[in-house]
Amino acid sequence: MSDRLKPEPVSRRDFLGTAGLLASGVALLGSAVAAMRLPRPRALPEQGRAFRIGRPEEFPSGTSEIVPGRNVLVLSGPKGIAAISLVCTHLGCIVSPASGGFSCPCHGSRFDQLGGVTQGPAPRALPWLAVRKAPNGMLVVDGSQEVPPGTFHVA
Amino acid sequence: MKRGLAAFAANLRNLPATVRQSVIRRGSSGSARNSSLAVFGNVFLHLHATRIHRRTLRFTATMGLGMIAASAFGILCVTGLLLMVYYKPSTDLAYDSIKDIVTVVPSGRFVRNIHRFAAHIMVAAVLLHMARVFFAGAYKRGREFNWVVGIVLLILTLGLSFTGYLLPWDQLGYWAITVGSNIAASPRELTDALGITGWFDPGGFQKELLLGASEVGQEALTRFYLLHVVVLPVAMVALLAVHFWRVRKDGGLARPDEIRTRSGEGAPATDSLPTAPAEAPHKTYGLMCVVADRRPATDLDPVDTVPSWPFLLRAELLVFMVTFFACVALSLFWDAPLKTLANAAIPENPAKAPWYFLGLQELVSYSALMGGLVVPALSMLGLGLIPYLDRETADAGHYFAGRPGRRIAWLSALFAALFAVLAVAVPVNFGWLRNWFPDIDQLVIILVNPGTLLTFFYAAWSLIVLWRSGSTRLGAIALFTCFLVGFVILTYVGTSLRGPNWDFYWSQADWPVH
Ligand code: HEM
Ligand code: FES
Repeated sequence: MSDRLKPEPVSRRDFLGTAGLLASGVALLGSAVAAMRLPRPRALPEQGRAFRIGRPEEFPSGTSEIVPGRNVLVLSGPKGIAAISLVCTHLGCIVSPASGGFSCPCHGSRFDQLGGVTQGPAPRALPWLAVRKAPNGMLVVDGSQEVPPGTFHVA
Repeated sequence: MKRGLAAFAANLRNLPATVRQSVIRRGSSGSARNSSLAVFGNVFLHLHATRIHRRTLRFTATMGLGMIAASAFGILCVTGLLLMVYYKPSTDLAYDSIKDIVTVVPSGRFVRNIHRFAAHIMVAAVLLHMARVFFAGAYKRGREFNWVVGIVLLILTLGLSFTGYLLPWDQLGYWAITVGSNIAASPRELTDALGITGWFDPGGFQKELLLGASEVGQEALTRFYLLHVVVLPVAMVALLAVHFWRVRKDGGLARPDEIRTRSGEGAPATDSLPTAPAEAPHKTYGLMCVVADRRPATDLDPVDTVPSWPFLLRAELLVFMVTFFACVALSLFWDAPLKTLANAAIPENPAKAPWYFLGLQELVSYSALMGGLVVPALSMLGLGLIPYLDRETADAGHYFAGRPGRRIAWLSALFAALFAVLAVAVPVNFGWLRNWFPDIDQLVIILVNPGTLLTFFYAAWSLIVLWRSGSTRLGAIALFTCFLVGFVILTYVGTSLRGPNWDFYWSQADWPVH
């Protein structure tokens, strides 16, 4: 019997067909995965996360003030100056000062004066944000850097 | 030359007839053959079978609900296209363009109102349609897959309305989507509690994918616009084609066995529809009716069937007209809401999503992760699996599977109502874990809250029914009834009984003025 007539374990046709099918599958799958990377932004198009709030003298001890347009409360006490985010840790509504602390309009979470959860579905305390002094003497709040609650910037 | 002119004149004279014939090839007489040709000679109409069982046309068979949903979708597509003529998907322009549509554009306000009401009607009709299909046991005998397709259609419907809510860029949409996208991020509740968010953050990933940013802004508006006008509608059309095609291929609407026998026994001829004469040539449409059911329609005596053209199409037109009329009438009397321009510093109070999400919002007010993701995902999974876990075939096509089913449905409705009311009343009156144990671990609250308890009790009840009755169908009825009643009650509470700060109020008149 000549070589050509020997039955092959996988016929050449089947092999080529299967290989072609697999190759197409891999190519399409790869393209799909590559395409799916597109909607995931590499850098988030946010306004600058750090912002100036003013000179230390503008925040006398014992006052608190909401920074306009920033959803951040600046708290000034004997220990120094701190910034608390007013974005509710539940689902992102903006809390407002209420008796004894803050309350959220969306699902009724309540927080004490230092941002600790006292009631409602919020899973954690309001985040405290880093405050530092820029070289020009202005205070800067860094919205992307969270610090442990109770951290005051000593002016 | 003369011959050519004569032929030309004759062709010209026959123009209307030849054009008509080139488009519609069938003859114009109302014969059974021509009726069949009308349907299967048309690429759009042939989603229908050429002949349908006469029971299909009865009101109680479908209550027209699927068709109402489809009609509303059609109305939404047309009015949506019209709105797109003026709408500008940019955070600077969107709100003003909607204002223009409402105040300046000719009949703009009317078209916008119709778009809004058709959306409400579509969601309601889809939910009721699902209930009708479920209680008729029409998810059995080859219809399992179409039920799953239906679940996906339900999710697409809700997705369409969710994405559309943001487009006006007013306070209502802005805060509803802020809340919604943070629900997508809520797996963080768990990863935070476990302290692993730093390197494993599926919640953050989902939110970024949805918003393209960490807050609702231009990126989010672009994405939602894209989803709302292209991705979801195209997916919807494709899936609707599958859905309708499968209704036909699964053997037409599910019907009780006793009506399937030959010669129409058991099917009272209360109508005056002209069915085919007994001596009709079976073969002409016999082949066209080959279906995948256990008892193919070829087996049916033509006596039981009527031609789809014109009877089914006429019924569909009627349902469409009624739906359209309802949208138009509502739009004449009520305006779609448009709040003030989106403001990232001051949330709406109360910030409410569209009504069909308010049941979820109620659950979310205990735990975002459980109420917003886990419970809904489990519900959809549970609903989707129903036809695969209940494979009893006995009572398919009978509403409530007869008397025992009706009893179970009533009992389950009572049980579900009691627990849903408790799930709201207990926290409202006595507070929840955090009020009792201020230092309680977040993990405990995630796991034990009114939403998870309610889900647990509903599942347990269904298992008890299943165990006591020995019937998967009755177990399924218990589960679905619980789901439906819980959904209705929580939706009602979220819509009508929740006011500012999500506090409980018996009526809107008691809301504090601010
Ligand atoms: C966009 C949403 C939907 C549209 C437009 C739609 C439309 C339709 C229409 C026109 C029918 C023919 C009979 C009737 O009107 O009842 C039908 C049948 C059916 N639908 Fe839907 N549907 C939708 C969603 C759903 C959902 C959410 C489910 C269930 C989870 C579902 C499951 C079924 C099943 C199983 C049938 C066959 C019923 C039978 O054999 O009696 N559909 N649908
Ligand atoms: S967003 Fe604050 S309680 Fe839900």
